[in-house]
Amino acid sequence: MGRMTDLPTKGGFSFDLCTRNEMLLKNGVQMPPFRKTGTTIVGLVFQDGVVLGADTRATEGPIVADKNCEKIHFMAPNIYCCGAGTAADTEAVTDMVSSQLQLHRYATGRESRVVTALTLLKSHLFSYQGHVSAALVLGGFDVTGPHLHTVYPHGSTDTLPFATMGSGSLAAMSVFESKYREGLTREEGIELVAEAICAGIFNDLGSGSNVDVCVITKGKTEYLRNYQLPNPRTYISSKGYSFVKGQTEVLSTKITPIQPKVEAVEAGDAMEE
Amino acid sequence: MDLDLSAPHSMGTTIIGVTYNGGVVLGADSRTSTGMYVANRASDKITELTDNVYVCRSGSAADTQVISDYVRYFLHQHTIQLGQPATVKVAANLVRLLSYQNKNMLQAGVIVGGWDKYEGGQIYSVPLGGTILRQPFSIGGSGSSYLYGFFDQAWKEDMTHEEAEQLVVKAASLAMARDGASGGVVRTVTINAEGVTRKFYGGDTLPLWHEELEPTNSLLDLLSSSVPEPMST
Repeated sequence: MGRMTDLPTKGGFSFDLCTRNEMLLKNGVQMPPFRKTGTTIVGLVFQDGVVLGADTRATEGPIVADKNCEKIHFMAPNIYCCGAGTAADTEAVTDMVSSQLQLHRYATGRESRVVTALTLLKSHLFSYQGHVSAALVLGGFDVTGPHLHTVYPHGSTDTLPFATMGSGSLAAMSVFESKYREGLTREEGIELVAEAICAGIFNDLGSGSNVDVCVITKGKTEYLRNYQLPNPRTYISSKGYSFVKGQTEVLSTKITPIQPKVEAVEAGDAMEE
Repeated sequence: MDLDLSAPHSMGTTIIGVTYNGGVVLGADSRTSTGMYVANRASDKITELTDNVYVCRSGSAADTQVISDYVRYFLHQHTIQLGQPATVKVAANLVRLLSYQNKNMLQAGVIVGGWDKYEGGQIYSVPLGGTILRQPFSIGGSGSSYLYGFFDQAWKEDMTHEEAEQLVVKAASLAMARDGASGGVVRTVTINAEGVTRKFYGGDTLPLWHEELEPTNSLLDLLSSSVPEPMST
């Protein structure tokens, strides 16, 4: 919470690049948009554990920067976290907490608990007052049972039986609200998650490509990367493409041999033991 | 209306705390909104600080969660050092100190309620800014605007537990009917000498008020109650 600490005279944050950015803005150069994961991420609790789901599109403004990115991040062998928001922020914060959890496991000698990850995430995000733009769906199975939480960029958390986040969250939530019930089986849970992600993929412009699913139960985690591929490339040439020599017309040829520059350097003193 | 999904999580909220002869009843709605979207329709805004002291949270979800966590931690230490359960006054003052000393950065309006052996049931209001005020009953959150007149008329000293609970549930559902930022279900927590009791009132169990419709699966059922005319070319 806001503490005033003296800035050290050496080191600390160097604001040189900030002045450069201001100068660039003044000269009309636009800042490149952050790569965001437009995203649909979901999670639900079923009878034996939790199922997490995510789409795989990463956007930079209107452009799809990555058609098959991984949004379900590893936190611990029994805890995974889906991330929406600025890709760098979700990646960095989940990596950081994952390392902290590992150190904690070494210190305690026990399996990590979901509430530990939750507290580490929420305290980090709160201290950055929402500037770390990471909206997460955290799920896992520990000694106390299955857990599912949502974490918001400002540091607030909710504990829910089913949750959706990201730009496609409204589409996915509509699927959950009509079809979710307690005590789903594993197959039903995965089906429902896939359906919710597909709702996001097809109805939200910020989400697309494939469906990733992760199922976490007691003692076992299954990461089903690309569980569904509902957006295959159409019209792929079955013959493939070949580029035969002579297919491209050569207009002119100019060959410039590279002159190797060899300089004789005086040998310095031989190294001494 | 633009859905601002990057708006900070706030709890529009209706929170209520009343004393009765023997303890306190705390009540709250369950809606957490991000801009115009309901991020959580079943949130629990009544949080435990100690076995005998609970707090109703309104305002920024993140701020109030962090304050609750800090105060729970301080109270735990205080209980160990004191050797007996913390008093409601101490809990409320710890909340007030955090709220007042960080008033520029926080948006938190809370009601602290509990029972201790010295003063019995107590309600302390700690609104935005960090004032602390002990009251026989307190209301807070955006939905409380609609309850001031109601409480002026309906409140009485020394109610029984049933009366107090009914009052809280009725008040919460009235506020939820009028305030867009409040809704969902009503949760109550009763704290007295015997301990703590949590109750849940689902949306369909709450009374309907002026012009509120019965919950149905779809408005289409209401609108198309007569046989539609056959199409003709």
